[in-house]
Amino acid sequence: MFYQLIDTGNSRSFSARHALLESAQTDGDVVIIIGEKVGHALQTLDGSERKTAVLIELGAESLGMHTGESRGAEGSNLLGFSRFRLGTDEPTRLVEVVRQPGSPATALAAAKEIFEGAGLEMAVCGDFDGRIVDRLVRPYYNAALKRLDEGLATADDLDMTLKLGLGYPEGPIALLERTGLEHHYDMTHALFEATGDPAYAPARRARVAKLRAETKA
Amino acid sequence: MTPIKTVGVAGSGTMGAGIAIVAARAGFRTIVYDTREDALARARKQTEGFFAKSVERRKLTVGQVDTILGNMSATTDIGGLKACDIVIEAVFEDLKVKHAVCAALDDVCPPHTLFASNTSTLSITEIAAGSGREDRFVGMHFCLPAQLMKLVEMSPGLRTSESSFDAAWDFCKAMGQVPVRTKDNPGFILNYFLVPFNNDAIRLVEAGVAAPADIDRAIKTALGYPMGPLELLDLVGLDTHLLVAEALYASTHEPRAAVPALVKRMIAAGQLGRKTGQGFYTYGGAAMFGG
Ligand SMILES: NC(=O)c1ccc[n+]([C@@H]2O[C@H](COP(=O)([O-])OP(=O)(O)OC[C@H]3O[C@@H](n4cnc5c(N)ncnc54)[C@H](O)[C@@H]3O)[C@@H](O)[C@H]2O)c1
Repeated sequence: MFYQLIDTGNSRSFSARHALLESAQTDGDVVIIIGEKVGHALQTLDGSERKTAVLIELGAESLGMHTGESRGAEGSNLLGFSRFRLGTDEPTRLVEVVRQPGSPATALAAAKEIFEGAGLEMAVCGDFDGRIVDRLVRPYYNAALKRLDEGLATADDLDMTLKLGLGYPEGPIALLERTGLEHHYDMTHALFEATGDPAYAPARRARVAKLRAETKA
Repeated sequence: MTPIKTVGVAGSGTMGAGIAIVAARAGFRTIVYDTREDALARARKQTEGFFAKSVERRKLTVGQVDTILGNMSATTDIGGLKACDIVIEAVFEDLKVKHAVCAALDDVCPPHTLFASNTSTLSITEIAAGSGREDRFVGMHFCLPAQLMKLVEMSPGLRTSESSFDAAWDFCKAMGQVPVRTKDNPGFILNYFLVPFNNDAIRLVEAGVAAPADIDRAIKTALGYPMGPLELLDLVGLDTHLLVAEALYASTHEPRAAVPALVKRMIAAGQLGRKTGQGFYTYGGAAMFGG
């Protein structure tokens, strides 16, 4: 499938060379817009309604910010996506593709063909804050940080338990410290504001890391 | 401290049978006690099958297996545990049953014998309170299947002496296991984190955030977990998840431990997971299809 790529700069999903960027054409049935200014690029895009799919990179915002919303009946050839990445870690192979209730199957099939063709894995989700992974893992990371403060076990024993007991490649404390606790703060702060759910309220250790990072800056 | 040579296992079900294999394989004389003759016979058959596979896979020789099996015995008489230096209980997850077993053990065992509980959700301190030897009582939570999983979460009760805990810790290592130390806290470490995480995954399905297969694929790809949460729940069984989650919620009242309504509806519909052929996924034989 031929697709056109519009890069508005500073993409968090594709910050380095990648097969998806290299296989783009000057025109195609699908348009992929990446980077920080996708909203502006989308507004100035001609003939987007004739495309099989228009895929735009999302930050923390809902897809509805770009499409408008009414009565839960939204859905068009415009889909959102984001490659999952934890803090300072490289982007993973996971692309979360955001759909709306009426998103056509043809648009989703085109997205799957392109992303999987570029060696990525796609998971489809609704237009929810935190999508799948952040929505699911951030409360667990918060709980691990909180329990470390409360002396449930040492950091090594917490990590070891989850690695040996569940086969996780890395324990939560080592993972968060390696990828930057301040980034965990940013994500949980945004999710807490969006959902009001205390499970997302940033853990003390993440807040400390964030404040220290700000002081240094 | 008397060195540990003889190990008792009370309860010869899923966990007890596995724990007995671990102890015997490490060279301890191991005595398994259960009130039910059939439970002991089933465990013996499974144990022989397990060690036959160890020989096939060249992990052990026939001679080694003969020695190990020769070191294992079974009894329906609790008095049979009187020579044990440590007894690990893995009877039903019921405080009254555990109290009754521990009190009876206290009568038959010499004063130096350590008691350990494999409970998943009860408090070590509360079980110890009915044992007659609170200072010599430790939590030793093995993982399923115990004969393959190295992790043991070890917790002292409020009145456990440091020397008893240390002796049990050394014994755990001598069995070739990997102990981690945790407080006597509901769910210890593993279930404390896993049960709410699994509940949250069920809530994503309930809220229509994504389909089970998309959630599992996302978690496995993004974080490298060997199984997604919904596949894991199907394997564990939703009925078992309900029991553990309800016990955890009853002792913590943490909102994330509360069981989502969808679980009870799925149980009512007979969708318990792999064992009924339908859970978050549909299963044909052993293979998984769709989702
Ligand atoms: N199944 C798991 O995944 C798992 C994991 C870790 C810990 N645990 C814990 O291990 C313990 C046992 O669980 P299980 O899954 O092996 O249960 P199970 O039902 O398979 O086995 C329990 C055994 O205890 C015997 N028993 C009951 N009352 C007894 C008594 N008074 N005296 C002697 N024997 C008695 C029963 O006959 C049965 O054989 C529980 O405390 C459970 O919470 C279970």
